[in-house]
Parts: sequence; C-alpha cells; structure tokens
Amino acid sequence: MANAFLSIEQLTQRYPDGNGGEFTVFENASFGIEKGEFVCILGHSGCGKSTIMNILAGLAEPTSGVVKMDGQHVSGPSLDRGVVFQNYSLLPWLTALKNVTFGVQARFPDWDKAKVIEHSTTFLAKVGLTGDAIHRKPSQLSGGMRQRVSIARAFANEPKLLLLDEPFGALDALTRGTIQDELIKVWSDTDQTVFMITHDIDEAILLADRILLMTNGPNAQVAESVEITIPRPRNRTDIVEHPNYYAIRNHLVHFLGQRSAELSGQSGGSGMHQPKTVRIDVTDEADDPEPAPVLRAVEG
Amino acid sequence: MIGTLSENKKAALLSVLILLVGCFIWEMSIPAQKAVEELTEYERLTGGGQPKAGVPPPSQVLGKAWEQLSDPFYDAGPNDKGIGIQIGYSIYRVLTGYLLAAVIAIPLGFLIGMSSVAYKALNPFIQVLRPISPLAWMPLALFVIQDSEMSAIFVIFICSIWPMLINTAFGVAGVREDWVNVARTHELGALKTAFTVILPAAAPTIVTGMRISIGIAWLVIVAAEMLVGGTGIGYYVWNEWNNLDLTSVIFSILMIGVVGMLLDSMFGLLQRTVAYTE
Repeated sequence: MANAFLSIEQLTQRYPDGNGGEFTVFENASFGIEKGEFVCILGHSGCGKSTIMNILAGLAEPTSGVVKMDGQHVSGPSLDRGVVFQNYSLLPWLTALKNVTFGVQARFPDWDKAKVIEHSTTFLAKVGLTGDAIHRKPSQLSGGMRQRVSIARAFANEPKLLLLDEPFGALDALTRGTIQDELIKVWSDTDQTVFMITHDIDEAILLADRILLMTNGPNAQVAESVEITIPRPRNRTDIVEHPNYYAIRNHLVHFLGQRSAELSGQSGGSGMHQPKTVRIDVTDEADDPEPAPVLRAVEG
Repeated sequence: MIGTLSENKKAALLSVLILLVGCFIWEMSIPAQKAVEELTEYERLTGGGQPKAGVPPPSQVLGKAWEQLSDPFYDAGPNDKGIGIQIGYSIYRVLTGYLLAAVIAIPLGFLIGMSSVAYKALNPFIQVLRPISPLAWMPLALFVIQDSEMSAIFVIFICSIWPMLINTAFGVAGVREDWVNVARTHELGALKTAFTVILPAAAPTIVTGMRISIGIAWLVIVAAEMLVGGTGIGYYVWNEWNNLDLTSVIFSILMIGVVGMLLDSMFGLLQRTVAYTE
C-alpha cells in the first residue's frame, strides 16, 4: 500500500470544540487507491467524508497525516486532481460549453481555441449534451444537465485523480440512474482513477471496485474496505441478479445500520490503522463463507 | 378597442393622458395678466405687470424649450450660453469626478472584499466619511485646491466614491466559495481568479453601486455648480433665477431630469448585460 498510486497515511482532523477542548472528526485514516481504480466511500453524515475529500482536493489541510500521489506529497489544489462538487459549482455567467472550456484552457494552456472547443464538445457529447443545450447558461439547464456539464468539465481535464463529492445527491432517482450510466461509460473510456463520496449503497455497488466504510463520528475510522466481486461491465438491471449482489449489499446495510455505531469511538491507536479488507464472493466457496446463509435467506 | 391593446401601449396612452391633463390644469391655474391700464401705480413700480413675474404656463415653457433646443450650443459671452454647452460642462465634471472615483473605489473595494483585515481596518473611516454631505467638503476643497472647477470635480469624486466602494467590497466578499474553489482546483493565479471568477461574480453588485453613484453625482453637481458658478446646468438655473426668468428655470429643471434619466438608463443597460441567474 505504501506503493499505491494514491496513499493516505494517518490522516487526522481535529477542530476546536468551542469549550477550549478539541473535537476529533476522524483519526489515523489510512488507505490506498490503485491507478484506474474506482473507490467509493460510505458513512453516516458527520464522519468526515467531505473533509477527506477536501483534503484530497487540496482545499483543506489536515491536522496531521499525509496524502501522497505518485509518491509526491499533496499540498494545495492542483489540476492533477479534478473535483465534481455536489452543487455542480458551474459558473452561472458562462454557457455550458464555456464552463468546460474554462477548465480545458486552464489545463492545456498551449492549445489553440479550436482545439479547446473541440475537446470540450467531445466530452460534453460523452455525457449526452449536444446541439443547442451546450450554448445555454446553467440557469436554463435542469439539475441533471448541470451535473453532466460538471462531470464533463472534470473528465475533459483528464486529471490523474477524479474526486466526486456526492455528485448525484441533489438529483431525482431516474436522472441519477441515467447519469450513473454515463459516468460508467466515460470512466471506462478514460481509465480514470476515481474517488467518490456517496450516501447511496446501490450506487456504490454499481460503480465501485472497492467501497471504504467509515464508522460514525466523532473519532471516525475507515474500518473496512469491501471489494465488489461483481464483474464489469455492470448495469443496473442485471447487477441485482448476480449472486454476490445481495451478499455485499447486506454486509453494507448491516455495517451502516449497526456496526458503524458500535465501532465508533474506538480509538485505533497511533499506529498505521489499515481498514480490514473484506471480500464477499459466494460464487467462490473458498472465501468468506459467513455471509452466504444471509444471502440465501433473502433470496429464498 | 382599448381592451385589445398590449399592457405597454395602455400604459403609454395613460402617460400621455396624464401629461395632457396635468399641463391643462397648470395652464388654467395661471391667472391671466392684467392689462397695464388696470394696474395701480404701486403694481407698475414693482413690476406687477411684467409677464415674467408670475409662474409661467406650460405653453411658455414649451416655447422656451423649442427656442433653446433649436440652438443648444450658442455662446454669447459668460452669462449667455446655450443649454447644450451648460449641460456639457456639467456632464464633463460629473464624468471626470465619477471616473476618478471608480478608478480608486473598485480596486480598493476588491481589496476590502478579499481581506477581512482590510475590511475591519478601513470600515471605521468609511462609516465616518460616508454620511458627510458632499457640499460640506466644498470650503476645504476650495482652500486646498484653489480652483473652483477642480473643487466641483472633487465634490463629485467624494460623493460617488462611497456607493461604489461599499458595493464592490460587498459583492467581492459575497462571491460563493464554490466558485472560488473552482478557480483554486483549476490552479488559476490570483489575478486570473480576480478577473475570470470574482469580477464576473461580483459584477451585478458592483454595477448597482456604480448606478447609485452616478445618480448621486448628478444630484450633487447642480448644487455644486450653484456654489462655484461660471458654467454648468446648476449655474444656469441659479443665473436664470437671478434674471427672474422662471420659464428658463422650469425648462432647465426638466432638462436636469431628462439627463439624469439618460445617465441612469445607461447604467441600467450595463446592469442587464452583467446580470446572471444562479
């Protein structure tokens, strides 16, 4: 893990609690992300997911701990780490296209105007935005279309690491489904490393290679790293048929519903506290047979 | 037939009607001048028979307007210049003072908006200086600058700086942090962030401040020119009052209104071009 593409080492965030003491949001969070991996992080509100995201983006500084990408210390924001914010963060005085070219111009300052526009329209088309819509201002677009522009802006910049902060949080379920599909499509085309925050278990299973589970705050920990043992390409209708789907889902629901509270507040000590790797695969009898009966109970 | 007209046309029709009725009432309420024979000795000596002694009816003002506007730029000596020249002087003073104020207020407002330390440090000065009537500066300006023309410009400068300064600071401080974060994650430098993100984001608030300022500047120039004299629409009003030419006074009051409206609508147009909806 020390050699992972992105490695987060003993990250701790504390704030003054207003009474002269300190409030620990999370401590000793350590995990790694491989190149090309899609990792989701799940946890209840207040466990510091967004803070971790902001630290990775370089928008916030941790109290202690380091983040390394490609062996280099991360400090401050960089074009190597693209961010898709929950509230889209499009510039409302620019059209959809100009919001994307804004990013592309910053990323590739040597490109001429035609190339910037061509590159931008390609990525807008990848998320299903073509024709007239790309010349509209964000206020004239629906929430789903705005988030598409935001995703196109992030992917068009071809960052080494893409950070998604609950990108579908504000969208209705149907729109969310469509854009998830588009996200998978763009991601598989580009081989981007993605780190994403979500509240939605099904979304995480559909998208991720691996899901990090956080215990409740304060003193939150990254407790488990659950591998998603469902082969790609996945799609939302077929994925539920896979024998591993409900086994994984039950494990996640159980963790978030019960164990995240039980494990909360247990200090991990000062050492490297690695999340426990959990592999649930009922198609492979050799591994972790424990959740299997749960699966049969649900399916039966 | 009226029912089929659009709302704007109805309003325009009503406006014209109000104007005509208003002028009619005004015209009717002016008592007819007595013939000279009917005047007493006293009335004749005090000028009671002079047509200029009463408030003139709108027909006379209209005649004056026609006479003045058909030759607005004549120059027959220091006390007799066309209305166009007088308004030109006023606009020149307003714009000079106003632009000087903008050049200082907008960058300074940016600084105050970006830094809470600068805001807290400068706020007491702004709060004390802002409520001072611009004309109160006039004696000091005349003494220090020793030039009445420049003093008038200084008064315009000092009255138009505050709304621009405060609105710029307010607009810049209120730029959504998300947009600044977008600039940061795109590694934009400070100057590039200021011009491509903060300026367009704060532009509607800044232009609102500029619009308030030009309005105040136009209000103040009339009073300032009454004091400094020489040229300008304010001087013109006062000079015609001294001539007891009320027709010209009323005409110039109307012209002040028209020019003020034009200046304001220019900034209204600018406001529309920088506006955005979130």
